[in-house]
Amino acid sequence: MVFSTASFITQIAVLVLVLALLHKPLGLYMARVFSSTKHAKAERALYRLAGVDSGTEQSWSVYLRSVLLFSLISILVIFALQRLQAILPGSNSLPGVDPWVAMNTAISFVTNTNWQTYAPEATVGIFVQMCLLAVQNFLSAAVGIVVVVALIRGMVRTTTDRLGNFWVDLARASFRILLPIATVAAIALVIGGVVQNFWSTEVTNTATGASQVIPGGPVASQEAIKVLGTNGGGYFNANSAHPFENPSVFTSLFQVFLILLIPSALPYMYGRMVGDQRQGYTVAAVMGALWLTSTALMAWAVSSGQGSATAAAGGLGEGFEQRLGPAASSIFAASTTLTSTGAVNVAHDSLPPLAGGIAMLNMMLGEVAPGGTGSGLYGMLVLAIIAVFIAGLMVGRTPEFLGKKIGPREMKIAALYILVTPTLVLVLAGISALLPEVMVNAPASGPHQFSELLYAFTSGANNNGSAFGGITSSGPYLSTMLGLAMLLGRFLPIALVLGLAGSLARQRKIPASSGTVPTHGPLFGSLLLGVTVILTALSYFPALALGPLAEGLIK
Amino acid sequence: MNIISGYLRQAGTAIRFLLLATIVLGLLYPLAVFGAGQLAAPFQANGSIVKDSSGQAAASALIAQAAADDAGTQDPQWFHLRPSAVGWDPATSSASNLGPNDAKLLETVTTNRAAVAASEGVSPEEVPADAVTSSGSGLDPHISKDYATIQVPRVARAHGLEPQDVQELINKQTTSGFEAFLSQPSVNVTLLNLEIANLAASRN
Repeated sequence: MVFSTASFITQIAVLVLVLALLHKPLGLYMARVFSSTKHAKAERALYRLAGVDSGTEQSWSVYLRSVLLFSLISILVIFALQRLQAILPGSNSLPGVDPWVAMNTAISFVTNTNWQTYAPEATVGIFVQMCLLAVQNFLSAAVGIVVVVALIRGMVRTTTDRLGNFWVDLARASFRILLPIATVAAIALVIGGVVQNFWSTEVTNTATGASQVIPGGPVASQEAIKVLGTNGGGYFNANSAHPFENPSVFTSLFQVFLILLIPSALPYMYGRMVGDQRQGYTVAAVMGALWLTSTALMAWAVSSGQGSATAAAGGLGEGFEQRLGPAASSIFAASTTLTSTGAVNVAHDSLPPLAGGIAMLNMMLGEVAPGGTGSGLYGMLVLAIIAVFIAGLMVGRTPEFLGKKIGPREMKIAALYILVTPTLVLVLAGISALLPEVMVNAPASGPHQFSELLYAFTSGANNNGSAFGGITSSGPYLSTMLGLAMLLGRFLPIALVLGLAGSLARQRKIPASSGTVPTHGPLFGSLLLGVTVILTALSYFPALALGPLAEGLIK
Repeated sequence: MNIISGYLRQAGTAIRFLLLATIVLGLLYPLAVFGAGQLAAPFQANGSIVKDSSGQAAASALIAQAAADDAGTQDPQWFHLRPSAVGWDPATSSASNLGPNDAKLLETVTTNRAAVAASEGVSPEEVPADAVTSSGSGLDPHISKDYATIQVPRVARAHGLEPQDVQELINKQTTSGFEAFLSQPSVNVTLLNLEIANLAASRN
């Protein structure tokens, strides 16, 4: 297969154009959704039935408690119902899910990771897919969005401890933002060839004598929110490489668009909510520059066709779908790892070594370009606070961000935030690499074996969900360790972000002076870009050198 | 005491919220998409099932259908698919997940190349990459136009057809226009083999 540069450029141009057209209306809409004081009739009914006091706003600690309790209960319910699958309707005659797999899967979908340690076709029936996993695709994406909304409120509000009501925000993110877009997108996907039924079909080709059972299921409805909510958990094992999830190069491009849609509109919502569009555009420009650079690097690395097996095959092919082609797969691979999606339309394990390395580096950047729904923007805003602190050190002033002092408390939170995921990835992958009984689960040899393990922990702790699929992670050790990485990689940063929001909301606004470092414009944008790349890339460089860099540079 | 009752109240809210959200997002939403799909695009929504000339549901236009024996050897009468990590069985789907320098993969593609060259009567250099590598899903029904073209003599001979007629069917089944520009010219083997069967039946 030949990498088509013309196709690559065309697809990038289409994406940039469409997202440029849509980021403003969608950003404005989202800002209105979270600023409105009116509840729809159906929402009022929901609040009454669920016992939500929609008129009361919460402090950061109560907001966090709501996030944690809701997530914990979701995990327990999903775990229990997977175990009981055999006696529930819609099991497709499958037995109860193995306890380690069920635990890992429950955590995975609630944390917006969608790491799949199981093959869906052989493990989960329609009920688990549709009523448990796809529901979390909405709710976990909504949780990410409401956390960044709470952070922005903390930046805007003064001398208060109130950040909003988690339940109201969650309902609005789910039902006013995700549900309408997902419905339209799902119908478009059906028209594009994605299956949406509840039965399989037996087919027999009398000429060739071939008989098959063609699977069915509510695939399009799950597919739409899988990408829109930057989730990534496929209805089928092959994810977006499966012809029923991703029938053509058009649906592939449409899925990348859906992956980027909300994350690229959130900076506009942020600018609107803080009353200064320049802030939003600076963040969006940094995200855009990283996305473009990384996608171009991915294209370069893929088109190199490096690898002895790839050379023996006469070029790219292993793990690629013929109907999608290497250009579409490069864009997909970059976008899925730069957000917290983790859907794949090509086998990442078989990509040329440096392309696999770029996929890992994208996740290691903290998935901020443009990142997962909500989580990308809150990650970038924490990095912006670190950037303003560094700028403050240079000019010798107490740093300020949008009129709020960045004091020791705020800096401690920001510093802890950026330490969480590298610590999880490097410590857990490091310990696991020392255990021979764990490493047998990664069947590759040489540096590629370490890459498979490093990819797994990078993907888990960053809540991505894509994999170097050669690794088998369904055993007790890796299920537990990856479950731990996903849990801590999701909820420690959320706790820190909400704590930061609470601490900012308490402050008075101080007027900007001549010594204030502006947090918009090219100068600050470049600083933010530099901080993002240097902080993350340097933490991971030694680990990358042992895996993809060793494999890619030595041969 | 106050803290505990606060937790319990919120846990109750969480359970009820999850249940209500599941009714909307886990039942009403997929059912609405199902309904809309059955109205707007029933063919696609039900798996793009294509029928043969007798009206029998023969295949899905999107899923690889191999004419192969239990050992996975593809029938020389028909156009061959790319290798598959799941034996083209749509009950499952997977890539090989072998690395780009993997010794086993290197051996497999080398063996595949020799086998394809032998069965098509071409030199190993003429075998395109897609013919020796397995796809990401194992169910990709498409092959490159090059791979289809080197199979023409074998398939034409097996069915007593003129090679140029078979080549014409390939041209008809090859993706073109903007789709081919964005991806690459590809031939759907599932549909092509159905067309071959039709053509052979009409000639005999």
